[in-house]
Amino acid sequence: MSRISAAFADGPAFVPYLAAGDPDYESSLSYVEALERGGADVIELGLPFSEPIAEGSTIQGAIVRALEAGMTPTRYFEFVEDLDVDVPLVCMTYYNLIYQFGEGGGPEDFVRRAAAAGIDGFVVPDLPAEEAEPLREACDEHGCELVFIVAPTTKGERLERIMSQVSGYVYVQARLGTTGARTDLSGRAEESLERVAEWDVPKAVGFGISTGDHAQRVIEAGADGVIVGSALVDIVAQGVERGDPAVTVASRLEGKARELKEGALRGAAANERPHPERT
Amino acid sequence: MSSHTGKFGEYGGQYVPEALMPAIEELEDAYERYVLDNEDGFMDDFRERLADFGGRPTPLQKAHRLSERYDRDVYLKREDLLHGGAHKLNNALGQVLLAKYMGKDRIIAETGAGQHGTATAMACAHLGMPCEVYMGRRDINRQRPNVFRMRLNGAEVTPVTVGRGTLKEAISETMRDWATNVEDTHYVIGSVVGPHPFPAMVRDFQRVISEEAREQMIEKAGRLPDSVLTCAGGGSNTMGLFAEFVPDEEVDLYAVEAGGSSLEVDEAEGVAPNSATLSTGTEGVLHGSRTRVLQDRDGQIMESHSVSSGLDYAGVGPELANLVDRGRVTAVNVADDPALEGFHRLSQLEGIIPALESAHAVAYVEENHADLGEVILLNISGRGDKDLETVLEETHDRDVENAPEMETFAGTGGF
Repeated sequence: MSRISAAFADGPAFVPYLAAGDPDYESSLSYVEALERGGADVIELGLPFSEPIAEGSTIQGAIVRALEAGMTPTRYFEFVEDLDVDVPLVCMTYYNLIYQFGEGGGPEDFVRRAAAAGIDGFVVPDLPAEEAEPLREACDEHGCELVFIVAPTTKGERLERIMSQVSGYVYVQARLGTTGARTDLSGRAEESLERVAEWDVPKAVGFGISTGDHAQRVIEAGADGVIVGSALVDIVAQGVERGDPAVTVASRLEGKARELKEGALRGAAANERPHPERT
Repeated sequence: MSSHTGKFGEYGGQYVPEALMPAIEELEDAYERYVLDNEDGFMDDFRERLADFGGRPTPLQKAHRLSERYDRDVYLKREDLLHGGAHKLNNALGQVLLAKYMGKDRIIAETGAGQHGTATAMACAHLGMPCEVYMGRRDINRQRPNVFRMRLNGAEVTPVTVGRGTLKEAISETMRDWATNVEDTHYVIGSVVGPHPFPAMVRDFQRVISEEAREQMIEKAGRLPDSVLTCAGGGSNTMGLFAEFVPDEEVDLYAVEAGGSSLEVDEAEGVAPNSATLSTGTEGVLHGSRTRVLQDRDGQIMESHSVSSGLDYAGVGPELANLVDRGRVTAVNVADDPALEGFHRLSQLEGIIPALESAHAVAYVEENHADLGEVILLNISGRGDKDLETVLEETHDRDVENAPEMETFAGTGGF
């Protein structure tokens, strides 16, 4: 069993996201480590790209801060090696950075270096299943998982194409649009979950989840995990704005992570009751 | 060459978020049925509107004074006379009409110089579609008249403040809107860039330029030109002008890029002070397709620069990049200063004020006419009214040799 599968094996998985190097290298290390203390089961660690077309304004802001602070693919791998965490790490980035790394002209150099640094899998928002073959092969060769996103618009043949390629977990996009925290949850997560119900990988729902209650409802709706990015990046952004010390921001992140993880656990507990109270 | 797979050699493809893929597949299907197979008479409808609303065909004009100056025949394809003042309407009208046939009820677009935005706004008013145009903050300041024109035609203009606030950021922002509203919205991309089918489809809407020009050349000159030149940013007027000449192997094709202030790049700052993607770019993935891009060693996209905002883009159409790789098209570039001189030269010698974009191609002929053969076809892709403020400022700052004295008219604000 891979490290990512194992992370989903006992109980609902909490999968937080942060951009590596936001707002600077040292603080960011402590923020990612705080997520693990707060209960993270898998961590999605963003490698910032200059044209993040799938991100909303919150994560765009994180990417701009990290790039300005000097994050590069090479620094990113050092960052992963410097991290003191035990949970599996998923690298979230855009295809051009993967393609250009090393000798360039293909994804293999990037995947080899990432695997050596301790990355367990990848999610690449601008790489649909149609173009993923070279990355899929490199992942197989280096023992990494390749996570795909299923959107509310993904139907029919496209679902089957993604199912045949996905490993680790499937990222179920809860609503259309870009990443970003919301105060209410879209009902489209449930529809999308139904469409992947038969898949033999864990289902993790993301896009718009910002509270423990959201996390609980997503798990009650049948998800195996919750992915949270913008609500955590907001905490980092707020810290930058107010000039708070890194240790304060880290403890806020740990608290938010705990709230989200506990929400997910409540959802799982509700699912185990014979007659769910929720209608 | 025009394949249904959307690949041009290694270039092209569909590198977009999963949420957009179903819309891209729907568009592929619509492109094949309506554009390639003329289903429901779509192409007939399109051509009739291009004639009645757009004013096509545009003339092919012999430039007598330029011909005399260079001692060879120079012909101008006058896309500046198309409704709206640039070739952009060909594509905008085609796509908005296609969106209508597809049953979409909202249009979004990005714009750099504002020419694509104004063309899309005009097409939307003409066809009764709501329209929102994303435009970089910096470009809004550089191209105020075009912002007013879009507003006059009823379009919303939304400023994009991320990054340097030019075309690259506007495209990213429009893709985000599309990912959110994909079910009822069509994204009218402004050039032969983006995921398949956009590069092929936009080329096919712009192809009318070379269909007309090739026929007009034979009619007027009795022969094909020795060389065909036009400016290249994303490459839509370029592919439109070249499409029908590609099989004519005896005709040399030149894509004139913006050399900006220098071809050197500043890796530390992430800035390329030019937009010469075909001349200096390397293979990468940007905005949905694999093509040549201006990027640093890590693959981060550079901020490009040109005095003409319509050429100011870090990518280029995948088909054009492939034609350059194959040696069928020659990529050359012209710096800001000679482009400004070209602007003044065409204004003074031919009574045509060209867009700064087109002025790059005009300038290339000045320096290199001896290598361009006896008969030259030069595309004037747009008119220069939108650039007057920029030209006033830049001409003053740079001390352009052939510029007229304009201090008197510069206004009390001075420069």
